Amino acid sequence: MTVVNSTPAIESRQLNIYYGKFHAVRDVNLSIERNKITAMIGPSGCGKSTVLRCFNRMNDLIPIARTEGEVLFNGQNIYADTVDPVQVRRHVGMVFQKPNPFPKSIYENIAWGAKINGFVGNMDELVEESLRDAALWDEVKDKLHQSALGLSGGQQQRLCIARTIAVKPDIILMDEPCSALDPIATLKIEDLMRELVENYTIIIVTHNMQQAARVSDYTAFFMVDDSRTGHLMEFGPTKELFTKPKHKQTEDYITGRFG
Amino acid sequence: MNLTQKSRRLDEVAISVFLFAAATLSILTTFGIVGVLIQETWLFFQQVSIVEFLTGTRWTPLFVSKQFGVLPLVLGTFLVAIGAMLVSVPLGLMAAIYLAEYASDRVRAILKPVLEVLAGIPTVVYGYFALTFVTPLLKSVFPETQTFNAASASIVMGVMLLPMVASISEDALAAVPRSLREAAYGLGGTKLEVSTQVVVPAALSGIVAAFVLALSRAVGETMIVAIAAGQQPKITFNPLQSIETMTAYIVQISLGDTPHGTIAYQTIFAVGSLLFVLTLIMNLISYYVTRRFREVYE
Repeated sequence: MTVVNSTPAIESRQLNIYYGKFHAVRDVNLSIERNKITAMIGPSGCGKSTVLRCFNRMNDLIPIARTEGEVLFNGQNIYADTVDPVQVRRHVGMVFQKPNPFPKSIYENIAWGAKINGFVGNMDELVEESLRDAALWDEVKDKLHQSALGLSGGQQQRLCIARTIAVKPDIILMDEPCSALDPIATLKIEDLMRELVENYTIIIVTHNMQQAARVSDYTAFFMVDDSRTGHLMEFGPTKELFTKPKHKQTEDYITGRFG
Repeated sequence: MNLTQKSRRLDEVAISVFLFAAATLSILTTFGIVGVLIQETWLFFQQVSIVEFLTGTRWTPLFVSKQFGVLPLVLGTFLVAIGAMLVSVPLGLMAAIYLAEYASDRVRAILKPVLEVLAGIPTVVYGYFALTFVTPLLKSVFPETQTFNAASASIVMGVMLLPMVASISEDALAAVPRSLREAAYGLGGTKLEVSTQVVVPAALSGIVAAFVLALSRAVGETMIVAIAAGQQPKITFNPLQSIETMTAYIVQISLGDTPHGTIAYQTIFAVGSLLFVLTLIMNLISYYVTRRFREVYE
């Protein structure tokens, strides 16, 4: 993908999210650039995961969640009445905090998403290609038909990434993908992200500021106000945000003074 | 300061002895029942060969020419039980999927208790319902239906088992972690795909356990078949005909004027033992199946 495309991969406009009467996130305007890694950081309860889960309408699964504003994906508002959230999720994949492989074989884990998306090509090739792209092939090629639950945590998380890219999404959302992993497995995932970003747009929520600094191109810093409503405090290229933050709170947070 | 407090420790000992006695009593009762069953069955098989009993195709202990082939009772039992499973398994599983995956919290809060009320209806009421409502209905559709028949007992027993199948299956589905559903939705799964291809397989061990439990109850169920299925031990696969199940036969002899100590009377212990063994086998199968086909998710 050498074509420079100036329109953002996904963009939120005046995004407000409520859980019942609780105003969880207010007025988020965020524009995500294609083929870059954007990190979302901030203290607990600042709404960064909530915002992430709006990008593929995952919050729809929570009955009391309500969203106002727009999320534009290829110029189309994914919260429009005519949009089917199932279609949105086929284009915007997600990797979760805790590795959550299906209790099926490694092969089936990869194949399931492609199958339900109407994939008609050679499934064996797709499985191999996805596992190679997720840097897992060499470790599992001899046990494709064994249960995915026999893998280590780090392998399971790479399997979850392989499963996500098998569907060929445009964007991959990652919700603290390394928080349940040890440092070595974490580094493997981070290397993998740098490779994947050549073909995908990645948005990652992380509690780990070093991770955000290491891996991301852009960083969005979220804060929470006195009424516990989260909002976007500062957004910019990761280098700038970490070296010369514009806001006092951003500086306090990244230097570890709170959070 | 007295650190020993003897009196309190005596209380503890008394309580634990009492509770132990309560636990032992229930176990001893079970052994007692099994013991009597085995003893009477042993006496029966002194007079009738076990091969004849298990392979014979005519059951006429009350006739002058007595024959003791239990197969008609066994097949009658399974005809009704399998019919009941055909009703309760698909409906129960669909109800469970609806409750666990589709229903809103409010709908579930109303439906689940209502379903459980169905489980509280006495089986004798189900029996009369089969005889006085379902049988006439069957007759109006299939005129050849006999007044006592396997089909109406099956249908009503299926309705009786429905809440149990639905409730246990729903518990199994609800126990599947949210993270698995999120993974499946995250890949673009529709509600139907997620429910049937991810959640149901993950809950399969619990669901199969529900099915086998239902089958085992259907085999042991007495009141409905005693009232509605008839007292004609015969080998047939036509559910519109009158048959007799093992349980209905035991009721017939227990309540009838067959004198104690006769060979006809002892048949009920042999039939009871067989029923016990069949149920035990089914429970073992369920144990094996749930272990073998479990998709462990933790």
